[in-house]
Parts: sequence; C-alpha cells; structure tokens
Amino acid sequence: MPPRSCEVCNTARAQILRPKNHARICAPCFISIFESEIASTITSAQLFHPGERIAIGASGGKDSTVLASVLKTLNDRLHWNLDLVLLSVDEGITGYRDHSLEAVKRHSAQYGLPLKIVSYADLYGWSMDQVVAQIGKKGNCTYCGVFRRQALDRGAAMLGVGHVVTGHNADDASETILMNLLRGDLPRLSRSTNIVTSTPSQAKRKGGEGQVTFTDVKRSKPLMYAYEKEIVMYAHYKKLDYFSTECIYSPEAFRGSARTLIKNLERIRPESILDIIQSGIDMAKLVPDAEGNRKGAGDDQASTRAPRPEDEPNEGGCGSSNSQSAGSEMAEMEAKLTQDSRAEETGTETEITLPIKPTPHTLQPHAHQPTPSGPPNAVLTLDPKAQNHDRHTHTHTHTHTHPTTTTLPLRTIQTQTNPANKPAPPKQRLGHCTRCGYLSSQSICKACMLLEGLNKARPRTGIEV
Amino acid sequence: MEKTANPITLQVEFTTDTKGQPSNVAFLTTWLCDHLMKDPRKEMFVLEGSVRPGVLVLINDADWELEGEEKYELQSGDEIVFVSTLHGG
Repeated sequence: MPPRSCEVCNTARAQILRPKNHARICAPCFISIFESEIASTITSAQLFHPGERIAIGASGGKDSTVLASVLKTLNDRLHWNLDLVLLSVDEGITGYRDHSLEAVKRHSAQYGLPLKIVSYADLYGWSMDQVVAQIGKKGNCTYCGVFRRQALDRGAAMLGVGHVVTGHNADDASETILMNLLRGDLPRLSRSTNIVTSTPSQAKRKGGEGQVTFTDVKRSKPLMYAYEKEIVMYAHYKKLDYFSTECIYSPEAFRGSARTLIKNLERIRPESILDIIQSGIDMAKLVPDAEGNRKGAGDDQASTRAPRPEDEPNEGGCGSSNSQSAGSEMAEMEAKLTQDSRAEETGTETEITLPIKPTPHTLQPHAHQPTPSGPPNAVLTLDPKAQNHDRHTHTHTHTHTHPTTTTLPLRTIQTQTNPANKPAPPKQRLGHCTRCGYLSSQSICKACMLLEGLNKARPRTGIEV
Repeated sequence: MEKTANPITLQVEFTTDTKGQPSNVAFLTTWLCDHLMKDPRKEMFVLEGSVRPGVLVLINDADWELEGEEKYELQSGDEIVFVSTLHGG
C-alpha cells in the first residue's frame, strides 16, 4: 500500500486512521487535533471555571496519564489558570497499585503538579489485600468500588478541592451504557451518560470558597468523547510514561464481556462507540429521574431543585430541542410525575406519557452542547464556532410538526431488590450516613455497611478523615 | 520489535519463511504466539487467528490500518509495535 499523506497538512505521512471519521492524519496533526477536541469538550460543557482548583484522579494508567498531560498542556497554552493537583487512591494492592503509584510520582515531578495519595488503609482501616484475605477474591471489586468513590471525595476535601476529574474515556462510557442497557437499569444508564457525575451536597456551601466538604465534590469526565485507541496513540506519540497492567484480583466478568463486544464492534464499525454514547444520551432524555423529570424536559427548571447524589441535572447532552419546554408543560409533567411516583410505590410498572413539542424555530444540531448549568460566575468557553463537538454526522431530526402525544410503556427496575435505584421520597434522598456523614439514601452508607461486615472480626473502627 | 504495556523489545530475524507463506504481519503474530509468547493466555493477543480487537498495532509508527493490517509484508528493519488497551487505565 503506497504511503498516503496527512489529510490535514498534506505533507507528512499519515500515521493514524481516526476511528470517529476515518480521517488519515499524521502524528503532529493528531496531537494538536486531539488536544483541541478535549479543550472543546471542556469549554462546550463548561466544565471548569477560570482559576478553579481541580484534582486529577490519577492512577498511573494510560487514561489518567493522558488526562493529566492534556490538562497541563491546555492550562498552560490557553491560560485557564486552573490550579491542578494529582489525587491518587492507594487501595493497598501489592504488586499492582504500589507500582502504578510510582508512575504517578514521576508525573507529579515531571508536570510540576502536587500529588496527594489517600489510602484505604488510612481511611477505612483495611487495605484491599486485607479485604481479599478476609473475604476472598470473589466479590472484592464491590468493596474496592464503593471505597474508591468515597476515597476520591475525601481526598479532594482534604486538599480543599471541589472538583475531581477522572480519565474515563469513550470506550468506558459506551461499555457502561451497554451494561446498564443489558441490566435493564435505565436510571443508571441515564446517569452514566452525564459528563458531570457529581455528588453535590444538599447542604449549601458554608462560607463560600475555601471550605470543601467531602459531600460537596463535583466529578467530571473530560475524556468522555475520546476513543481509547486515540488515548493510547496520544500517549505513544507523546512518549508518556504510564503503568499498564491488570489488577491482580478478579476482573469484572460482566464488564469484560461488554468490553469485548465494544472492541469487536469497533473493529467492524468504529463509529459505534460514539454512537452508543449518543444513543445513551438520547435514551436518558426519556428516563425520569427520581423527581420524575425527564432530562430532556425543562433544564431551566432543574436548577431550582435540590441536586441529589450522582444525579447532576442538565449537563452533557441536553441541547436538543426537547429542552425548550414551556412552563405550563412542566407543571403538567410535575403533576403526572406525582401520579407516577405513587404508582411506583405500589407496583413496578408504570406508563409515562411523553408530550412531544412542536418543532422549535431552531434545531440544535450538536447534541453534546449542554445548556448552561445554573448561573456560574464564569466558565471557560470558546467562541461558538469552536464549540462544535466533532461527532461527524449526528443531527437531531425532529419531524413532528404538530403537537402530539406518544405513549411509552416503561418497565421500572425491581425496586424491592435494589432500594438504591428506587426513586426515593425526598426526605430519604437528602440523607447523610449517620456514621460517617457521606451522602446516602440509606441511614448507613454502603461503605459503612461493608466495613461493618469486615469489622465483625475486629474491634470497631469508623471512617476517619 | 516491541510489545509495550510493560514494554518488551526484541529483534527477530527471519531467514526463510516456512512453507512459502508470505512473511506478513499475520505470519508474524502467529509466529510470536507459537514461539515466543510464554503466557498461556494467547487469546489476549491473538483471537480466532487474528490480532485481538483492542490490541493496537503500529507498523513503523503508523496505525496498521493504514498499512494493510495483517496483509502488510514485512520489510527488513521494520518496527512493529503491539499495544494492548485491554487492561486498566
């Protein structure tokens, strides 16, 4: 095959076939395009405020290494004045995390970013090695996952940082969407499509800036639209030093299958990955949240309600015409929802009537363009031209020209077996764990429940910060 | 030749190819699997006779998809890199 030249600069030899649009480009053009796309994701989703302190969840693996490198580069280049720090969680897995943390320490020195490491042993009194010694290899991922979520929040709070970014990429996002689809877990599917997945505190921030509590940490995924392939390519061409190995404890079998499926699909049709995310975002609009509001409906109103754990309203892909709903319609919706939630308490099946609006005057073609969330002081934005997220072809085409009503049957998840997914009454939803104070819809959070089990063989210890 | 993700670099010399098969990338991967790979989990590298989806292949620092993938015929001095994306970030 004769070497082709780069489609962008037309001079250098093409080195990459881009999965999203089949463009053949050279490494220098790729690096510059990759960086500008991440910048565009950040600015169009208004993820950061100028001068904001951001903790980068750093594992030493490819994704977080690329995230740290790109953020550092963009921050310097575009003068965002972000105050970046690296935040690592030491799960206490000998032969795995100890090695990857060495990579993070090198990044800290290399990028001149301070590093904070929080360990499970310090936070919970249990390292994963000890947990596995106690409970065995089966099911230990549950402990690790529950502990990690809190650990990052607590680490951020210790640093006084209110925002943690993680290296989740497009492949991860599509895997998660697919897994939730296969489990029939639409509420979680809906949440997994958000680029901001925060655990904002119900309590208002006291004293404004400076004081950050661990229940008040925002989470976001700036690499959510970046292909894993391109992340690895970026790391390769930038010669980034990252640690790569598998966790020595049991892998998540179900995720593994979803992953294999995604990778196989990618080989045949690379666009599938971004298309699954887009489908997830579109499906999410049809899923009522705990308050019964569809994401696609009434973004403006969302900001007036209290946020809840893992359910930040209106970020990500809410830019479709659906969001332009009228007030009266919202009221109608609210009424309907009250009805629905009553129905949900008694049964597991309900029917949602989705009012479809007339075609608005302007269609917003870019699904990833979010509506501004609340009234932030200032956000990092680019000119609208640059905000185009580069999904190559996707546009929303609403063909309805007359107001009409569609009825969708919606099977809700079995709420009895999984109370966490049940849209709970507000009082319960706004709760904190009575032991450690972490956000929880139950009186005792998951981490404390797990610890209780572990500690039966030991003198009791609580979570200490 | 190199296998990153805890990089392993090695030089391979082929004198003649076996049974007149073309010395292309498909031949190389099969050969690596049969002769050099000690890990029993061969399916993490080659699956159903071809490189497992999720393992990136670079031929002289370019995406192998631009070079003809498994049909690319090896030239003397070529650098082939395999990067697995299959484990944790």
